[in-house]
Amino acid sequence: MQRRRREDNLCGMLAHVGRDLERPEGRAKVTGRAIYTADLAVPGAWVGGAVRSSVARGRLSGIDFDPAFDFSSVTIVGPADIPGENVVALIEEDQPLLCRESIEHFGEPLLLVAAPDRATLLEALSHIHPRIEAREPVLDMERSARVFKALVIEKGDADWIARPLATDARLFEGTYRTDSQEQLYIEPQACIAWPVDGDGTCLVKGSLQCPHYVQKALARTLGIAPEKARVVQLETGGGFGGKEDYPSIVACHAALLAHKARRPVKVIYERHEDLAVTPKRHPSRVTHRTLVDREGRLLAMDIDVLLDGGAYTTLSPVVLSRGAIHATGPYRCADVRIRGRVVATNHVPYGAFRGFGAPQTCFAIERQMDRIARALSIHPLELRQRNMLRIGDTTVTGQVLRESVGAADVLEDVAKRSGFDAHEWCESQARAGDTSKRRGLGLSFFFHGAGFTGSGEEMLRGQVEIELAADGVVEVRAGSTEIGQGTNAMFVAIAAEALGAAPDDVRIASPDTGRVPNSGPTVASRTCMVVGGCLARACRELGTRIGARMHDTSGERAPFRERALLYLATGGDARVHVTYEPPSGITWDDVHYRGDAYPVYGWGADVAEIEVDVDTCEVDVLRLYSSVDVGRAIQPMLVEGQIEGGSLQAVGFAHLEVVSTRDGRFEQDRLATCVIPTSLDAPKFDVKLFEHPYSGGPFGAKGVGELPMDGGAPAVASAIEDALGIHIDRVPATPERLLDACARAQTTRGGEPA
Amino acid sequence: MRSPIEVDGEFADITLRVNGIERELCVPPLRRLIDCLREELGLTGTKEGCGEGECGACTVLVDGAAILSCLVPVCQVEHTDVRTIESDGLDSIQCAFLKTGAAQCGICTPGMITMTRAFLDECTRDGTPVTEDAARIALAGNLCRCTGYEKIIDAVLHTLETERGP
Repeated sequence: MQRRRREDNLCGMLAHVGRDLERPEGRAKVTGRAIYTADLAVPGAWVGGAVRSSVARGRLSGIDFDPAFDFSSVTIVGPADIPGENVVALIEEDQPLLCRESIEHFGEPLLLVAAPDRATLLEALSHIHPRIEAREPVLDMERSARVFKALVIEKGDADWIARPLATDARLFEGTYRTDSQEQLYIEPQACIAWPVDGDGTCLVKGSLQCPHYVQKALARTLGIAPEKARVVQLETGGGFGGKEDYPSIVACHAALLAHKARRPVKVIYERHEDLAVTPKRHPSRVTHRTLVDREGRLLAMDIDVLLDGGAYTTLSPVVLSRGAIHATGPYRCADVRIRGRVVATNHVPYGAFRGFGAPQTCFAIERQMDRIARALSIHPLELRQRNMLRIGDTTVTGQVLRESVGAADVLEDVAKRSGFDAHEWCESQARAGDTSKRRGLGLSFFFHGAGFTGSGEEMLRGQVEIELAADGVVEVRAGSTEIGQGTNAMFVAIAAEALGAAPDDVRIASPDTGRVPNSGPTVASRTCMVVGGCLARACRELGTRIGARMHDTSGERAPFRERALLYLATGGDARVHVTYEPPSGITWDDVHYRGDAYPVYGWGADVAEIEVDVDTCEVDVLRLYSSVDVGRAIQPMLVEGQIEGGSLQAVGFAHLEVVSTRDGRFEQDRLATCVIPTSLDAPKFDVKLFEHPYSGGPFGAKGVGELPMDGGAPAVASAIEDALGIHIDRVPATPERLLDACARAQTTRGGEPA
Repeated sequence: MRSPIEVDGEFADITLRVNGIERELCVPPLRRLIDCLREELGLTGTKEGCGEGECGACTVLVDGAAILSCLVPVCQVEHTDVRTIESDGLDSIQCAFLKTGAAQCGICTPGMITMTRAFLDECTRDGTPVTEDAARIALAGNLCRCTGYEKIIDAVLHTLETERGP
């Protein structure tokens, strides 16, 4: 049962960091007292919903209202009712809140309705009939002519592919695909909006990751100043990226209805609506051409990354950036060219999901490494060890890795613990004989940049404020949200440690844009490293001020609360406001993708142990070993929770979770058909944390949120390949696809496809 | 929020015990139990994740057995003893969930905890051993997207230790 085996090279000096605290909101969650959006009692609130397009592409020529329904009993909002701009304020602003005329995807909102209750709402919706002229949609990303963003990253002799190859070098080519994936937070999208009050303020409460994103979107929609849009995050039942940008749409819809109905309006998606219209992971196609020498050293790489962005830009450009930057994997290579593009189709827009492009490109490079290992008869572990990035090496963007590189440790450790180091990969299948089930082991190795890509953090300038309240407790005010990952406990540990206080001396203000500064969004594995770093600075500053004042008055080591109250009594300044400052020496060129793509990287290695039924090709993932360098585990149990939970999402991505489309509609639009892993599908997790501290993070911490999403799929695919001998170049590797691949392999005799 | 079925529905008086208190509800008899709990009685600890019996977030105990309150019309549980996350008798499971890190976003947690109660009670009643495999089977109808289930299973086994002694 004991799974935590940390390399404890720094601990001991610290009182709270590294020691598990009870989640501050934990008791409310386990007793059912925690208030999620649907739980909030709002007297007089109506419920809102949308009339949506039934086609992937078309022209809206009008809307018919069936007179059999009395529309005076409801409120209807169309594009003309939008006081501000009809736009979802994000990167490109090409997406309308309500369709004007041109329909670009299935489920696009055309009209909003609010009613006193759900039955009346559904009745009203069923009597509204949009007139749509359907047009031929573009549904194949490989045939899309419209590019949202294209980029090129070059290192060394990027044009190597055009030159004659060295005689002793071998060229490997492979194309890899990943399908979409649904976030499947268990609490569907939900927001409540109140009409603009006498003070001109619009209030929205909801289930969301980024209150300040919603604030910005509301201000544009309602035509009010941002400070007049007040957004409060309620307890949020999971996000995983799915509540990064989409809640802006839910909130704006609710606010428009509340504005016109002059009463509060709840917009709470039913699961079907949530699955049918909200963004999911970008489908990908990645092609690798890799030049290696006889020893398997990577000489040159040429990588092409293609993502399906869906109908609108949303976050696709930044998903592409992260995906492309991670496309080489954690490997050293002198000559590289990466071309990336994300294109428009008439699919429901794809968006943020844990990993943000990296799980797709990580799958591709790890499968390519296995392809090379198999062809050269080099053990997959050995091949990775020969090529892995080390301190002093340069990444594809020209970033020199100066510290906190746990690559060698995690790789060696996971291989040793799982027995992969002594495993004859892809040879066990020959030994397996005629048993109906075969076992396989597969390795993956990965890294993930913590924080926003490139100059993102510098432009964001996240802020944190703390204030010593009259009761001697320090209140932490940040726009970062607790969505299950443990922000609250992590902040308490950092604040208490930096203040020299007890956890009880700290409380976390709930994210309310009226009370907390903009810390930047809760995304990109940045909350602990970036916002936690600001918090530590603020707390040290306050601690220093209190200490300085106390020298004149009382004894030094009285309990924090006592010292704090004395400090207040003597008129000490109670508030500290901190703005993020990028570490010195960080440079980034957004045009050429040169420089420090991320301040630092988390490192991980997974080994999956699977059993596959040779007749049905059903895969059972038995065990997943993970070794992960997180810099510093501020809350080790929470970190393990992130790794186990993220890894299971990755295991689902590998072989279970199917998201397919037909005519631009998701076919899995109910929970009866949209499958995620259950407790029976989950492997036994065996996690080990490593701590190679990062000097720019609080107590050495880096990011961990997304990292575990990167490794699971390639590890499982590799294990299936080990068991069945067939090359797996697409996930999810469903039984149907595996049976097809086995049949193809038999006809072509031999597992390695051309 | 009323479901469409009850737009013109007749109301009926339905008596049941909820968390130890005798309740009389005047509701359409086909109203879902979850709506009665959440809206009539204000017991919002029971969560709705899908409304079609797939996620298990709405699990409550009816005469000790776990049922999905989104699939059960209230008339079917007349004169029964309904227990929700707000009831007594869950403390040891709740503490175990906190201690092992089994609750992350918390939305599946009430359903997980009520299901755990039903599972452990059933094992005690039938004299079957509480094993990790048995716990995984018992909780297979309750979806969690945060934890990977590892710590939830830990919590179930940990509860057993505290309730029965080592």
